[in-house]
Amino acid sequence: MKVSKEVVEQVAELSQLNIPENEINDVIESLNQVLALVEEMQSVDTTDVPVMANPLDATQTLRADKVTEPDQRGRFQEIAPDARDGLYVVPRVVE
Amino acid sequence: MHKLSIAEQRQCLQRGDFSALELTQHYLARLETGGALNAFITTTPELAISQAKRVDAARINPGRAPDTTPLGGIPIAHKDIFCTEGIRTSAGSRMLDNFIAPYNATVVDKLNDAGAITLGKTNMDEFAMGSSNENSYYGAVKNPWDPARVPGGSSGGSAAAVAARLCAASTGTDTGGSIRQPAAFCGITGIKPTYGRVSRWGMIAYASSLDQGGPLARSAEDAALMLSVMAGYDPRDSTSIDTAVPDYRGALNNSIKGLKIGLCSQYMENIDIATERSLFEAVKVFESLGAIISDVELSNTRHAIPAYYVIAPAECSANLSRYDGVRFGYRCEAPADLKDLYKRSRTEAFGKEVKQRILVGSFALSAGYYDAYYRKAQQVRRLIKQGFIAAFQQVDVLLTPTTPGPAFKLGEKTNDPIAMYLQDVYTIASNLAGIPALSFPSNPHGGLPTGLQLMGNYLDEATLLNVAHQFQQQTSWHKLSPAWEAP
Repeated sequence: MKVSKEVVEQVAELSQLNIPENEINDVIESLNQVLALVEEMQSVDTTDVPVMANPLDATQTLRADKVTEPDQRGRFQEIAPDARDGLYVVPRVVE
Repeated sequence: MHKLSIAEQRQCLQRGDFSALELTQHYLARLETGGALNAFITTTPELAISQAKRVDAARINPGRAPDTTPLGGIPIAHKDIFCTEGIRTSAGSRMLDNFIAPYNATVVDKLNDAGAITLGKTNMDEFAMGSSNENSYYGAVKNPWDPARVPGGSSGGSAAAVAARLCAASTGTDTGGSIRQPAAFCGITGIKPTYGRVSRWGMIAYASSLDQGGPLARSAEDAALMLSVMAGYDPRDSTSIDTAVPDYRGALNNSIKGLKIGLCSQYMENIDIATERSLFEAVKVFESLGAIISDVELSNTRHAIPAYYVIAPAECSANLSRYDGVRFGYRCEAPADLKDLYKRSRTEAFGKEVKQRILVGSFALSAGYYDAYYRKAQQVRRLIKQGFIAAFQQVDVLLTPTTPGPAFKLGEKTNDPIAMYLQDVYTIASNLAGIPALSFPSNPHGGLPTGLQLMGNYLDEATLLNVAHQFQQQTSWHKLSPAWEAP
């Protein structure tokens, strides 16, 4: 299949990326190249083949519900672009 | 000193021929003049010297137990994808150019505890996405065998640094061939362990069901020493395997008489003549050691690249959604609103290939396309795994080329992402299946290294290292070093 400009714009929105108008055709072309590469896979008969999400077919491990990590909020917020009073600062969302 | 293997350096350190500090200072001096290769993003001389002094103090202070750590005093480097506390951890991206990791990756802790010295952080393709190291925010790495050529990727800085003897060994990660392909291009030995063998805690994620850390070293023996330390269960990584780590070094000298080695025609399509010749030369060596060679079919191999280029971007699009300009990493200037903050931070800080993979992944996961792409790829992935399981009922290991040909020229494939993707044609399937795979140097051609790959059954790293070590007892390709010398 080939993607249209509308699909690419929708995917860019899902990806939270801007694609400048003068680059959109290049992006469409390179996405279509990748889709052409993966298209070959559609010829494989996968009827009744279970999906494989983990190489060892492992399921999520569970641990005892107890605190194991100390609170390190201050330390982790030191590397934030903008943090104040234990909160991350972002542009105003609610007027 | 830099010409010695890790085992030889250990012997010299224990005999007192030189101290850990002297060895470290020797490598630091090489690093200073080795800048032209661009193999390092960050060097850590102060840390290295303090670590070396600690190792020496443990060795010579009377009354203190002698240093019995397995890598005590050995100077190594970490791929800049492993978090190192207090040290910039960039993943080769503008996004993390200002990121000082607040904690150590488990692999880093383990190597520190084993006495290894950290010389610095090596260059890499941005977020490990690439096969040439040309996708790094910090510029391309040069191949020490020919500075006009790429070192491979994504662990290109790690491979170039080991090949140029700027460190004794290094860590790397491999999602689709990122340890093995650069190892092959740079004439060194690298192993991607079984998925779950080495902890992913603190290893910046690209495609979490494929990513696996491992060592790049000069020989199978050095790789065994490194992997013995790096491997093992980690409760902080929910995909870590809770199985004891075998004695990799102890198994190196096992005889391979009677070992069954499989050759696979699907792994010989499109290889160049020099690589093919080196493969059949290696077959002769293995036959002389008593191994039994037979042909094996892996008919689903050609579906590996399509499945990979759906699964890896899908997982990447989810993993990289964490980079939002809010909690850490790059933030754009003067965002108009929250959405502008997200979008502009990501658009300005991610490179072209990373953005492309995020877009492909978001597409494959989006409503209406999920079943045809992501679900289909996961089913194909199972068929590839089943193919390997059947193969390993017939043979103990598979022998293939690592890459279709030797290192290509810088810039040769930068405008053709598909040609770049096809670099990984022989390495990707083992990531999809989760099996271990190792690349070792074979007969070079035209002054450029070639590499061969051994793939093995789940958790059978010991056999891969054993087979490669036995080959290296009969050949000297792994002892060659590039003409490039630190000026």
